[in-house]
Amino acid sequence: MELTSATLLSATFLGYVLGAAAGLTCLCHERLAKGLAFGLATLASACGLLAGGLYLTNSAASGPVPIQLLPMLVPYLSFSVRVDPLSAFFLMVVSAVGLAISIYSLGYARGFYGRKNVGLLGAFYNVLLLATTLVFTADNAFFFLMVWEIMALTAYCLVSFEHEEAEARRAGVLFFVMSHIGTGCIMLGFLLLFQASGGYGFAGFHALGDKMSPGSRDAAFLLFLAGFGIKSGIVPLHTWLPAAHPVAPSNVSAFLSGVLIKTGIYGMARVFFDFLPAAAGPPMWWGVTVLALGTISAVLGVLYALMQHDLKRLLAYHSIENIGIILMGFGASLMFLHTGHPLLASLALVAGLYHTINHAVFKALLFLGAGAVLHATHTRDMERMGGLAKRMPQTAFCFLVGAVAISALPPLNGFVSEWLTYQSLLQGYGTTDSLLRLMFPVGGALLALTGALAAACFVKAFGITFLAQPRSESAAQAHEVSPAMLVGQGLFVAMCVFLGLFPTQFIRLLDPLTQLLIGQQISGQLTVANGLVLSGLNQNGGTVSTLGIAVVGLCLLSLPFLLRVVFARGTKVRIGSTWDCGLQGLTPRMEYTATGFSKPIRMIFKALFRPRREVQREYDFSPYFTTGIRFEARVEEVFETRIYRPLNRWVLWASRRTRALQAGSIQAYLIYIFITLLLLLLFALK
Amino acid sequence: MNPNPIAILLQTALLLLLAPLITGCIRSWKARLQNRRGPRIGQPYFDLRKFLRKDMVISEHASWVFSAAPYVVFITALLVGLMVPMVTTQAPLSLFGGILAVVGLLALGRFFLALGGLDPGSAFGGMGSSREMTIAAIAEPALMLAIFTVAITVGSTDLSHMVAAAQQPGWNLFNPTHLMAFAALFIVLLAETGRVPIDNPATHLELTMIHEAMLLEYSGRYLALMEWGASIKQLVLMAILANIFLPVGLATDGSAAMLGLGLAVFLGKILLLSAAVVLVETVNAKLRLFRVPDLLSAAFVLAAMALLSTFLFK
Repeated sequence: MELTSATLLSATFLGYVLGAAAGLTCLCHERLAKGLAFGLATLASACGLLAGGLYLTNSAASGPVPIQLLPMLVPYLSFSVRVDPLSAFFLMVVSAVGLAISIYSLGYARGFYGRKNVGLLGAFYNVLLLATTLVFTADNAFFFLMVWEIMALTAYCLVSFEHEEAEARRAGVLFFVMSHIGTGCIMLGFLLLFQASGGYGFAGFHALGDKMSPGSRDAAFLLFLAGFGIKSGIVPLHTWLPAAHPVAPSNVSAFLSGVLIKTGIYGMARVFFDFLPAAAGPPMWWGVTVLALGTISAVLGVLYALMQHDLKRLLAYHSIENIGIILMGFGASLMFLHTGHPLLASLALVAGLYHTINHAVFKALLFLGAGAVLHATHTRDMERMGGLAKRMPQTAFCFLVGAVAISALPPLNGFVSEWLTYQSLLQGYGTTDSLLRLMFPVGGALLALTGALAAACFVKAFGITFLAQPRSESAAQAHEVSPAMLVGQGLFVAMCVFLGLFPTQFIRLLDPLTQLLIGQQISGQLTVANGLVLSGLNQNGGTVSTLGIAVVGLCLLSLPFLLRVVFARGTKVRIGSTWDCGLQGLTPRMEYTATGFSKPIRMIFKALFRPRREVQREYDFSPYFTTGIRFEARVEEVFETRIYRPLNRWVLWASRRTRALQAGSIQAYLIYIFITLLLLLLFALK
Repeated sequence: MNPNPIAILLQTALLLLLAPLITGCIRSWKARLQNRRGPRIGQPYFDLRKFLRKDMVISEHASWVFSAAPYVVFITALLVGLMVPMVTTQAPLSLFGGILAVVGLLALGRFFLALGGLDPGSAFGGMGSSREMTIAAIAEPALMLAIFTVAITVGSTDLSHMVAAAQQPGWNLFNPTHLMAFAALFIVLLAETGRVPIDNPATHLELTMIHEAMLLEYSGRYLALMEWGASIKQLVLMAILANIFLPVGLATDGSAAMLGLGLAVFLGKILLLSAAVVLVETVNAKLRLFRVPDLLSAAFVLAAMALLSTFLFK
């Protein structure tokens, strides 16, 4: 069996390489390039999905699968890949999402014919998938950093793919800079690990905590938290994310939001649970920090999402929220490791990882839906949409499924992972006697706030985009998208339903993973009643069965029909107009807008948003007879105005000052060299 | 523990039949308290039958979401009802979900209700949806914190376990923790069921309405499902409040005598709680929309204090 996973994985890499090559060689044949590049990506990601699944079900017990991609040419740098349970899980995430997005792209890329170079798009797309897969499986710190950089650079190229627009260029640069600050932190972190292990192989990094001094261990924790935190977009390191994700082509946005930010989550899981653990467990403040950052990201992410009326930007902010929810699980897990509760730690880790794949699936689905809408209406502005449920019914249905899933509503997958998170928070209360335990219920309450706000936000996103009357001519002219795009979305819908209804089957796959990282298998404790019911650790803690809820719900559906047969026989349905208060018909201008919808929340949280509005009215003789009106409303992006702009100004100021050193005169440079030499000599003498 | 089909059927029947009665009682008592004659107690039953028999008018702008919403609202309310212990300590569907599933299912119903409000394209509906989702969002943390307080003391999110634990000898309603959690949940109950300080169920076509605004375009059997669903939801939330904090008289086995006693006590508790709602509705005026957050944050603070008091009164 080991051979199969390895072969499949090699086939995956080969597929992406061929796909990229095909895209580049057929630059002039759009149709061919599109078919080959995205077709090969589809096959490759299918292989990757199988490889990960096979490994987790069959061969996880027999140890990791190592593959040497290229011979070792430089000392310390080996191009080796290794699949262990954690890698296999993320391999499944990237491949499952890649599969559906690739199919979708077969239809979506047609929109670029004659406008942009589709071959190039296909090539970049394949390289991005390849690099991301390699990030999840790399077995060497050098190799990891190399593919990490390739991934960041390809993502940069794709973010600024439509570089004719200033917005895309600016977002690309911001992404580029932030990404490299993160890479710098990660490099420093790896150097600290190298100090302790004497090599760059990941196998040598395993459980290094005891070999490191507490100071360097904490420093490594902070460096990796910052580095991977930037990649995954936790608050306050998130500003690049809502700028970069919306401007990329929608299939790429789906991948960026669904998978790319998960490389940060993978890095944290790898470092916090594989590299840094010590016999005594992690310090308490690690878990507290991660849990607090997660909670803050979740709440602020959703609050900012509510204020957006650009559909893709709204979805991007929700990524911040969901990364926060994932980190709540991770943070709780670290806290339980500190207090010595491995079972609870496994539960919290499983909650975080389950949310990782859930978010990958429903966020990619929502971005694909947004892409379909963009394709049909040529706008990302929700205020210009509406009425699309009638014009694009299948897309509307898929988007609705994604919206229900992301709002953590039963019986879909978002509910399951949040349920697991709630359970771990609830049971965490008893693990410690310090006041810190209040973090758990308060975290739970804030998670509830996040969930409810997310529901509000998706009522807005779905309602304003798809329901009521079209608000613009382009929305009125919209039509359903091509079958390939629908199949891609449909696959994600199927995944949402599967992950929602059969959680215990999926959690079984995670057993080798928690065994590796924490030394506990947990699926047995989480499963009751033949695997149809999910239970929180001890059975008394609470049980839930999404499948049961769905089945009973469907049975109860007979009731309304029974009522109809008994009472409503012979009643008719008339189509009439909506009540318009006696005016001459209802126009789209009278509909509620996205901005209007979120106004109550804007007012309630005005301390955060600092909303400003400017109204200019023109009137003839009395203010009651307005002839023209100009309205402008803004909310403040606190982090940008309060942190990043001052920081930016300071950096520019500092670099202007240091510029004086580089005056361009040879004499000055000779002086510098002389002084340096003197200092070095003094240093050596001492 | 496993779901029992007979129990499911009986509890479904109880939910369907009792819910309109509670709505009727609240309406009629409120009228009496305000020196009006008011409708008779059974009026909601007649209303439902009338709605079911009427033709439907559906807006030309509405899509399939509009038609799906009443079913989702009705079914989620019933499902939630099956997860809450009412007459017996063991709820029929307690294996399939505890209080977290209850909150989730109620949110699912609300999600579709709000979409149904937006679909016909009327500004009233949009306004209702927007306000409903906002109020739910700020009520949720208070609700969850109060629930967590109870769940932590019991060690379970399963409502049947909570009720069973509350029947143990050490339990005391007049413990400050429980009193504050009860108060917090009572405020949330008023918000979730659209009662007076937050929303006025008796208004039609006014700019202050929330729940009614979303139902404005519904007619005929869809309206019946919506109204019935709202009544069931109200009954269920009351049952949660009544049975967790005052768990006397619940039947512990399936004998007819126990069930009869359980039903009588349950009715008594629910009617008492309805009377409290009537009293609150009569002596309070509806709050301005932007004052509602203050009330709900008071509920949150109460829940937080309830949580803190678990330290003090241990």
